[in-house]
Amino acid sequence: MVNNKLIDLINISKSYNGNVIIDDLNLYVRENEFLTFLGPSGCGKTTTLRMIGGFETPDQGKIIFDGKDITKLPPNERQLNTVFQKYALFTHMTIAENIAFGLKIKKKSKAYIDDKIKYALKLVNLDGYGNRMPDSLSGGQQQRIAIARAIVNEPKVLLLDEPLGALDLKLRQDMQYELIRLKNELGITFIYVTHDQEEALTMSDTIMVMNQGYIQQIGTPEKIYNEPENAFVADFIGESNIIGATMVRDRLVNILGANFPCVDEGFGENKPVDVVIRPEDIDLVAPEDGIIKGRVTSLIFKGVHYEMDVMANGYEWLVHSTDLSPVGSEVGLRVDPFDIQIMKKPESVDEEAVVNNEQ
Amino acid sequence: MNNENPLRNEIVTQDKKAKKKNVPASAKNKTLLATPYGLWMAAFIIIPLILVLYYGLTDGNGNFTLDNLTLIANPINRKALWLSLKLSVISTVICLLLAYPLALILKSMKLKDNSFIVMIVILPMWMNFLLRTIAWQNILEKNGVINTILEALHLPALNIINTPTAIVLGMVYNFLPFMILPIYNTLAKIDDNVINAARDLGANGWVTFKRVIFPLSMPGVISGITMVFVPSLTTFAISTILGGSKIVLIGNVIEQQFQKLGNWNTGSGLSLVLMVFILVSMTAVAKYDKDSEGTNAW
Repeated sequence: MVNNKLIDLINISKSYNGNVIIDDLNLYVRENEFLTFLGPSGCGKTTTLRMIGGFETPDQGKIIFDGKDITKLPPNERQLNTVFQKYALFTHMTIAENIAFGLKIKKKSKAYIDDKIKYALKLVNLDGYGNRMPDSLSGGQQQRIAIARAIVNEPKVLLLDEPLGALDLKLRQDMQYELIRLKNELGITFIYVTHDQEEALTMSDTIMVMNQGYIQQIGTPEKIYNEPENAFVADFIGESNIIGATMVRDRLVNILGANFPCVDEGFGENKPVDVVIRPEDIDLVAPEDGIIKGRVTSLIFKGVHYEMDVMANGYEWLVHSTDLSPVGSEVGLRVDPFDIQIMKKPESVDEEAVVNNEQ
Repeated sequence: MNNENPLRNEIVTQDKKAKKKNVPASAKNKTLLATPYGLWMAAFIIIPLILVLYYGLTDGNGNFTLDNLTLIANPINRKALWLSLKLSVISTVICLLLAYPLALILKSMKLKDNSFIVMIVILPMWMNFLLRTIAWQNILEKNGVINTILEALHLPALNIINTPTAIVLGMVYNFLPFMILPIYNTLAKIDDNVINAARDLGANGWVTFKRVIFPLSMPGVISGITMVFVPSLTTFAISTILGGSKIVLIGNVIEQQFQKLGNWNTGSGLSLVLMVFILVSMTAVAKYDKDSEGTNAW
């Protein structure tokens, strides 16, 4: 993978009617990266994408694309294309005319355009649909045409604004693999906006988690999942037990009155922290072997595993396990040191966004 | 004066559409609901049309004849029809040129409440149609409002009253709302992201308008053209009030046959000819729309 910076967002701020949507955001996108903006609705992810596409202008800051400042450039003069949430096909044109739209504007030859239409339709598995009207296609097909219409222009970056949001679950999963395949075949940068954490984990090289206009964490899917930097990320990505705790000293944390060995250092002594423990990382053992003891209060069969609630030391622990412990039974809880993720308590302004969101 | 009300046309077309949509689902009950309008249509639209057809194709004794139709070739009638066509085309074009930019501006204002737009457009229609036209007569008259002001300013008087210009003015004033509303409605329905997509694919503002916005608004344009052109072509009130006795439109000729000469046969015959002209021009407009994009925008 080439690691050149292709897009650079520098100190971007944007507000609508006095409401700050994006506050001093800094971000770079590398060439050939699959970057996902992930966050709840209203977190500023779509606004950020629209500023890259040219549909919004930042109040402050600069957008550098391929070494040039494009902050004030209109969308038609940017070398990137967008796939919109509700397809936004031209309903008065055939599929072929839709795909040809950008190429005709660039005054390409008819032979070139015909070739490109054929190639694009093949790429999205819709061979022979050229003469159909958009209305006669299903939602998934229309979305694939929208992608075809964008990529025939050979953009350096494809922006995708929740492109699968309107599709049903099965189709959405198929399209995720389709998009990964497309990205690999085309070898271009994808910037993808979604509120669906599973979608983000499946497809991305890099995930940027956003909340209330602030970046919460940027990293690989593994890093985001396994080492969330704050309670918001931990809570938003997957299921987790987020518990207030005290860092006794390096490598030892006191959770609900019991000392758990961990691997984190440098938080200081007797400092309040948040810990994240994923439900699948908790081992159920015999009561006397556990670090703490508890009683199973609910049990649900989920297919791959059982989902259990265990009441221990005044906290209801969410546990995923393939071993069954019946409701009412007494169990011991163990967590491996490297499965305990320690996070600083929120202190600064942008970290407060996390707290506000949890209210 | 019933045929002066273009709203009637609107209601007819809307009801037809509504009916079509409703047929498949639980058809029986809904057909029943359509009965009142069905009766109304039979009594006041279909039977009168049949009567017009009957009178138009017979002479005073009830014998079949085409004489009533060929009377259109008579120099006076021909001239009236030609002038009617000319003035209605002119006023339709003026309405389109005034309405489209306004509709674009209204769309770009992104008002949450459409009723405001309907309100400002419909407001003039709260006044009686004839009253409004007579008001224009007073404004344009030799000693009317405009000329009084011009005189006070020592400027030469304006002689607009009783000219085709006055009639076009009357048509535009009265029928403009029927151009604005359908165009605004189709424009308002265009998803912003469709326009963004065109920009995103490299189209500048003009190309976006020409290739995307305008074609998508064609249904509104066509319904606007219909609702201005048809009442303009058949009007006799506007030409009577603003054209004096000097300017005779085909509507006036037909009115005279019915009202003054009591000749229902000739009046009906000429009406039939006019109807053919309307049908032909509307088909031409609709066909032009289909051909221009090579696809069906409806």
